[in-house]
Amino acid sequence: MELSTRTAHELHNMLVKKEVSSREITEAVLGRIEQVEGQVSAYITVTADAALAAADAADESFAKGDAPGLLTGIPVALKDNLCTKGVKTTCASKILKNFVPPYNATAIDKLANMHAVPIGKSNLDEFAMGSSTENSIFYPTKNPWNLSCVPGGSSGGAAAAVAADEAIVALGSDTGGSIRQPASFCGVVGMKPTSGRVSRYGLIAFASSLDQIGPLTKDVTDCAMVLQSISGKDPMDSICADVPVPDYLAALKDDVKGLKIGVPKEFFVQGIDSDVSAAVWKAVELLKSLGAECGEHSMPVMEYTLPAYYILAPSEASSNLARHDGVRYGFRSAQATDVDSMFQKTREEGFGPEVKQRIMIGTYALSAGYYDAYYRKAQQVRTLVRQSFEEAYSKFDVLITPTTPTVAFGLGERSGNPLEMKLTDVCTIPASLSGIPAISITCGYKNNLPIGLQIMGKHFDEETLLRVAYTFEQNTSFHKNRPALGRE
Amino acid sequence: MTEYEPVIGIEVHAELLTNSKMFCSCPVEFGGEPNTRTCPVCLGLPGSLPVPNRRAIEFVIRASLALNCEVKEYSDFYRKNYFYPDLPKNYQISQYDNPIGRNGWIDITVDGTVKRIGIRRVHIEEDAGKLIHASVGNESLVDYNRGGLALMEIVTEADIRSAEEAREYLVNLRAILTYIGVTNGKMEEGTLRCEPNISVRPKGTEKFGTKTELKNLNSFRAVYRGVEYEVKRQVEALQSGGRIIQETRRWDDDRGITIAMRTKEMEQEYRYFPDPDLVPMNFSAGLIEEQRSLLPELPQARKERFMKEFDLSAADAEMLTSTRAMADYYEEAVGAYPDYKGISNWIMGDFTRMLNSAGIEIDASKVKPVDLAGLLKMIADNVISGKMAKTVFEEMFNTGASPKEIVKSRGMVQVSSETELYPIIDQVISENPRIVQDFLGGKEKSFGFLVGQIMKYTQGRGNPQAVNQLLRKRLSETKG
Amino acid sequence: MKLSKSEVEHVAKLARLELSAEEADRLTTHLNGIMAHFEKLQQLDTEGVAPTSHVIPMQNVFREDVTGPCLTAEEALANAPESSDGYFVVPQIVEV
Repeated sequence: MELSTRTAHELHNMLVKKEVSSREITEAVLGRIEQVEGQVSAYITVTADAALAAADAADESFAKGDAPGLLTGIPVALKDNLCTKGVKTTCASKILKNFVPPYNATAIDKLANMHAVPIGKSNLDEFAMGSSTENSIFYPTKNPWNLSCVPGGSSGGAAAAVAADEAIVALGSDTGGSIRQPASFCGVVGMKPTSGRVSRYGLIAFASSLDQIGPLTKDVTDCAMVLQSISGKDPMDSICADVPVPDYLAALKDDVKGLKIGVPKEFFVQGIDSDVSAAVWKAVELLKSLGAECGEHSMPVMEYTLPAYYILAPSEASSNLARHDGVRYGFRSAQATDVDSMFQKTREEGFGPEVKQRIMIGTYALSAGYYDAYYRKAQQVRTLVRQSFEEAYSKFDVLITPTTPTVAFGLGERSGNPLEMKLTDVCTIPASLSGIPAISITCGYKNNLPIGLQIMGKHFDEETLLRVAYTFEQNTSFHKNRPALGRE
Repeated sequence: MTEYEPVIGIEVHAELLTNSKMFCSCPVEFGGEPNTRTCPVCLGLPGSLPVPNRRAIEFVIRASLALNCEVKEYSDFYRKNYFYPDLPKNYQISQYDNPIGRNGWIDITVDGTVKRIGIRRVHIEEDAGKLIHASVGNESLVDYNRGGLALMEIVTEADIRSAEEAREYLVNLRAILTYIGVTNGKMEEGTLRCEPNISVRPKGTEKFGTKTELKNLNSFRAVYRGVEYEVKRQVEALQSGGRIIQETRRWDDDRGITIAMRTKEMEQEYRYFPDPDLVPMNFSAGLIEEQRSLLPELPQARKERFMKEFDLSAADAEMLTSTRAMADYYEEAVGAYPDYKGISNWIMGDFTRMLNSAGIEIDASKVKPVDLAGLLKMIADNVISGKMAKTVFEEMFNTGASPKEIVKSRGMVQVSSETELYPIIDQVISENPRIVQDFLGGKEKSFGFLVGQIMKYTQGRGNPQAVNQLLRKRLSETKG
Repeated sequence: MKLSKSEVEHVAKLARLELSAEEADRLTTHLNGIMAHFEKLQQLDTEGVAPTSHVIPMQNVFREDVTGPCLTAEEALANAPESSDGYFVVPQIVEV
């Protein structure tokens, strides 16, 4: 079995037993990148030299036996909106095309400290705004299961890299579904942790109150390992919570007996693919057969989450993205004659159409006279969404829904229809708005494209999510499937 | 002709005396090479995040309490969005709906009348960087060392009615802020910045006129002159049938005029919203009381106590309590030697003049309060004359030596004993027989000449009273 | 609520985006399409509902007032499109 196809926990055990070196693993993954990257385009930058140096450092620490971390020596893909010291971090935008951060994101620092192997910076929709990774200024990433389909987005590069064995695990970011939706499309595990579980320091902001870093992995055990490695209080992020990090690997129990699982009907929206719906219900039946108590539930406020999100996220983005102005870093228009024209031309030329459109919506929603009708209203909806989840969790331990209403769509198929594009986030946005954790795992296929199952939990209860997902995985074999890419 | 009355509100920005910046750990220092005190946070680099400085918040609570403001439990941070190259994130973290302090006041005295000036709000924000407009070439330079410093904004109600009141408000405010130790309050260095909003309206009417905002007022004097000029300009404009444009005007201290600044109207739309990167603050009653307990005696109370305890005039007491350092200095000096009036006169006279020309504050002076007291005691004890004291003080100011040391090393002790003075007196009498005769003949003026001669021989060290007394005695003996 | 083209141009100015006339037209249509979608929110009665700024209730997160390391001027300026003598350089600001 090729090393690049293995999971992080398998490789970790092999490394600990010295059956393999990190250099061998890293070279295998770099070899796989060499083989398929031309077709997938998962990466913006492949950092082969840094990866090999980290691999050697990892091997040295294994040799010395000095308490290696869970991801020591494991190749990790990093979404290119995570700041990496000395390595270009572009957000797939012209405006940051040559930005080299002088510092590491906290999550990256945690990985670097345990000598995880940074294999490359993965592709995304510009500034994480999009659901298909087609809005990258570099190139679109392809879905490894079907190269004519999108991988989802915005962490499409990270999801594709893991699915195509171009990385063992990956870090992505999720604002309205940007980890879970591509995980679903690419048939990998993706988790948005609770807001405040993982430090956002060094994650280039899209919408601060919604952004969250999280894992994309081949199975649930790897997801637990990555989550364990990046979680915890960080003095550099005010909203990163001071809540103890439990042992997530210990949460991996093949047992759902007595767990109460709710299925909110509003997530089975109009236009949902019946095969997706059927696969999700089949998963619920399986969990029921394993001893879980399952019941239907109704959350009527969910129909307002999409418009609320599409006000809140652009509003915050319009302010967060103001700093990209051509003064201290990044692209500056050559056409500037005075400071104002420098601002205007730099931003006009530096941002893509989707980003500009969201900046426009957000600027408008925050402007005088409209604040109450839009921004404040959306924040009130957010309160109702939060309350609706609180009510649901008074009855259930977790909620199960589809991750997306359909499987991956064709490249270019929806880029002309922004509203339809946004509908792909309809099931993932509610968890974002209420800050709860949610995981996507594969629960079936349609036309050889993966179907995602979303499990949502209570604030800071990633353990129960992992337990349900793990139980499902142990009793199915979806997670063992790999796209045929390059192996036909 | 219609009589107009000015309506003035003042915004003050004070840099807080914290060790580190408001939202990052870069040190707060003045001067230094450009862009050497920055980090990803205060440079606003992508991905960086703010974490608020606890001491800065405590300072603003303390200042709010000193300004008689309400401090509510709940407070939070907002973003003020506008583009400017000295503002790294193109938004400023500030406060909006829930400032730390609100509805306060301070009392000022103008022409002997006490007037209460309302304080609308006191809030925390971050400072911007510094822009340098290059004299040659088509560019500006940006230094972010100052960017992100903790800045407190204090906004009055539109209660101020004259340039004198504006200055008096600022003098009082600065005294309070420096007393409580939250800012060094140096207008010249820009650590205390004053921006008045000025409008005028026909006397007796209620409706506010169109206001202008004044910038670049770097001293109390500039505040007075700038406000006075702007009020006059507005009144003259209206009287001659013109109108006032809402704008920001820059005070030109050299030319003594205000000039309109070309700023863009649309900048007024700041799109405030709660900063999602920062969590709310919730001040416990315990925290607020703790900050209240840290407040020292404030200038007004201290002034009143000085008048009572040290029998000083209102003007002297106000002057002596205008800074905490000066008041502390005075109290320490009179503690060592209770010549209340004498020490007051010295501090406000020669001492202040010398401090001003050296450009330092009293607490940076080499003269210890106990030594100033010692000097006064030496005059009273006739060890030195008042004239000698001036020379001694100059040396105290320059070297920090005690008056005793100086007098001793310079041999400046006053000569007043008979054993030292009689030989000199006798010599002068024998050298000037004609003049002695004139005196004995009733010419009183000749006495003065003889005293002068004696002072010359003693190199000015003769104790005038002793010289007078002994010379008269000798002359009467001569006569006899 | 419907956005006019001049409102779109005003918003673009606030956001420092230079729109061509053609882009302003396109965005006006486009934004109105999206904003229409938001109208749905007005159907929801939110009277008396407190807005949520932070989903995880936290308060009083501060750092102590201690200093830490800074970037060197070279590091600070490393990404600058234009710099000179330790300063960031921008085109002249048109102002007195």
